[in-house]
Amino acid sequence: MLEVRNVRKAFDGFQAVGGVTLGVARGQIAAIIGPNGAGKTTFFNLVTGHLRPDAGVVILNGRDITGLAPHDVCRLGMGRSFQRTNIFPRLTVFENVQAAFISHRGRGLSFFARVEGLYRDETYAVLESVGLQDKAGEVSGFLSHGNQKQLELGIALASEPELLLLDEPTAGMSATETRETIRLIERITRDRGLTMLFTEHDMEVVFSIAQRISVLHQGRLIAEGAPAEVRSDPEVRRVYLGERAR
Amino acid sequence: MVSSGALPDPSFLFAQALSGLTAAMFLFLIAAGLSLIFGVLRVLNFSHGSFYMLGAYLAYQIVQWAATTPGRFWWATIGAALGIAALGGVVERLLLRHLYAKEELYQLLFTYALVLILGDVAKKLWGTGQLSVSRPPGLTGAVELFGTRLPYYNLFILLLGPAIALAFWIVLHRTRTGRFIRAAALDREMLGALGVNVTGLYTGVFVIGSFLAGLGGALVTPVKTIVPGMDVEIIVEAFIVVVIGGLGSFWGTFLGSIVYGQVLSFGILIFPRFSIFSVFALMAVVLIVRPWGLLGRPLR
Amino acid sequence: MIERLARVPWGPLVMVAAFFVPALGSRFYTFVATDVVIMGLFAVSLNLLIGYTGLVSFGHAAYFGIGAYTTGILMKKLGVPFVLAFPAAGLGAGLAALVFGFFCVRLTKIYFAMLTLAFAQIVWAICFKWNDVTGGEQGMPEIPYPALDWMQRLPFFGDFRASDHFYLVTVVLVALCFWVLRRIVGSPFGRLLTTIRENPERAEFIGVSVRRYELIAFVIAGIFAGLAGGLFGIFNRGVFPDFAYWTKSSEVLIMTLLGGMGSFWGPAVGALVLLVLNQQITSYTEYWPFVLGTVLIVILFAFPGGIVGALAAGVTRLRMRHA
Repeated sequence: MLEVRNVRKAFDGFQAVGGVTLGVARGQIAAIIGPNGAGKTTFFNLVTGHLRPDAGVVILNGRDITGLAPHDVCRLGMGRSFQRTNIFPRLTVFENVQAAFISHRGRGLSFFARVEGLYRDETYAVLESVGLQDKAGEVSGFLSHGNQKQLELGIALASEPELLLLDEPTAGMSATETRETIRLIERITRDRGLTMLFTEHDMEVVFSIAQRISVLHQGRLIAEGAPAEVRSDPEVRRVYLGERAR
Repeated sequence: MVSSGALPDPSFLFAQALSGLTAAMFLFLIAAGLSLIFGVLRVLNFSHGSFYMLGAYLAYQIVQWAATTPGRFWWATIGAALGIAALGGVVERLLLRHLYAKEELYQLLFTYALVLILGDVAKKLWGTGQLSVSRPPGLTGAVELFGTRLPYYNLFILLLGPAIALAFWIVLHRTRTGRFIRAAALDREMLGALGVNVTGLYTGVFVIGSFLAGLGGALVTPVKTIVPGMDVEIIVEAFIVVVIGGLGSFWGTFLGSIVYGQVLSFGILIFPRFSIFSVFALMAVVLIVRPWGLLGRPLR
Repeated sequence: MIERLARVPWGPLVMVAAFFVPALGSRFYTFVATDVVIMGLFAVSLNLLIGYTGLVSFGHAAYFGIGAYTTGILMKKLGVPFVLAFPAAGLGAGLAALVFGFFCVRLTKIYFAMLTLAFAQIVWAICFKWNDVTGGEQGMPEIPYPALDWMQRLPFFGDFRASDHFYLVTVVLVALCFWVLRRIVGSPFGRLLTTIRENPERAEFIGVSVRRYELIAFVIAGIFAGLAGGLFGIFNRGVFPDFAYWTKSSEVLIMTLLGGMGSFWGPAVGALVLLVLNQQITSYTEYWPFVLGTVLIVILFAFPGGIVGALAAGVTRLRMRHA
């Protein structure tokens, strides 16, 4: 479904991502792991169109999307959540998700319709699947961090993607919140038949749900494969030596 | 003055170029402060022009008070610059500081409110008439240079400008404080986390910028009449200069001043009807084609 | 009680009440009211950019000026009737907004603001210097009133002066513009504009082409500013270059802030308060800029949400106390 071949990106001489190739099959849950600064977020930005790669191609469902603008990539079926919570703070929870529907269903250039009840059913369906239906009327900026992350997932889902990219979905969460989020993500992916690629720091998270893991270190891919293989890879162990697993 | 086809007189061209350079040096003093404040505080300080104007009025006032004291022009210049620096310090510490957490629009509008207030304060204290200050004794007279007459005072300014630029550069790049200032321009949070007193640094930068504005205003008094409206005139020009040179870039501001000075000087000859147009057109072109100016950093 | 008060449709009520100002019989009241209504439209058009899309424009007066000159030139020099010259103002301003906006939306924040300012000053410079077309520095005095004789046949309103008749026409036209703008901000398009304001990066990634939406908003705002300008030129009995000068842009910006960027009617309230304040203060002192600057500082530090924002916060507090 997603194929990334040999992408590179350098900033002012610093090679953030250097020739990474990876692929995610339809329906798979894949993870990219690596220590801080390994280039995970940069890699995501290259895939989603926020950054233009210096070299390499990104192919989604057989279509070359390298260098396309983010809003175009989104329309082609890729959804994304961000590392730093990225919502619309002064809009309510409902409005946050509704906006994504409006855009995705192509009603954005409608100037005279009334927006109040538009896509109400779909929005509530998404809110329910992320567990925020009771908070629909609340201003999203005032939600707890965990709730905001749920909302972010909801916004990403509202774009009805085929491929979902999650950038550190459990960042900053307590152990309980992390477990709940993982369960949520797993359930959603299964229920909707999504393909998922996520980056993570937390090893427990990764090994519990990922079917395929790629390990990034200093912008390069150093290992790839099923969790068990990656776990026992000596290179990976060396890189992570000294890093405490949660 | 320029008839189509005929080549203009070289000494005339030289005179125009010189006048453009002189204007550029004054402009540089103002624009440097503006650029510095923007680079570090991320505030586009509209009231910078007002500080310039108040510097001029203050220098005038001190000269009047000092009546016949020898060297009064220099005392007035330093006094005015210091006075405006103090004003800047007060404004930043008491008022501007509290707006940093808010949106940029609020900071901009605050500086604009200052323009309104300070403009009327000047009007109340000094009226709406034209005032002037005579050149300091010692710098009256002129020198003949390539067929044009260059007043000693203008020569002084032409030398002072680059001297201040150089001094500035040395402070920014060779002193510890300068390094902090440059670091604050790049990443204020990091700098604060490293234990540097960023709040104090901000005040300091604002004070330095204000000092330069006041100095510029004081120094311009023998060359230009002091009138209400000179605050707006200079801030618009300073804006254009920092846009051309690159917001936040030091040498960009210097280069921008020179470029602008020449454009102004020669633009009037080429397009006499559209000189005001050409200046804003230049600003628009720069913003469209290369928003980060000649020497600024490309926008992320 | 509070709930019921808050739900009253104040906007439309005020517009209806506005109809009866001429009945007060004072030339002065009609004058001020016309000014307020027109500037209210101007300010609300700017708020489409600032309050709803998060785009701070320093050069909105450009479109006001273009609208005024378009109507003025058509009516005075070409004898075009008002019924065509008025929409032409919107068209002319809209076209300019399309061209200028195309370049502006490629920039962000301070650079965007500065380019809008540069374009506005270019418009001003053109109006100032193009003597043949715009009358140059002198402007175009004596713009004719639209043909309003038919209004003398109306019941109740028939006996008013020409300036009153024009005022009534203005109220109707502005009310129509407000209605359209209200529908636009309450539409799916309007909702997506707020996402751009809140988080442009995220908006991109729900599929919103931020630049395109910003340009559309810019053009819409320009059209309505132009319409306001067209009306203002006639009201002012003359069109002058300073309609496009940056001080006009700053005036409308302050109105927007004063009234409150966070609501639809806020800027109109700001226009009302600022113009009335201006009238009162300038009759006492020449130091209006000082007063304006002080008011601005008070708003910035104490009432960042403007008048309407402060009122809304007050209502919320009262609600919570009664809950």
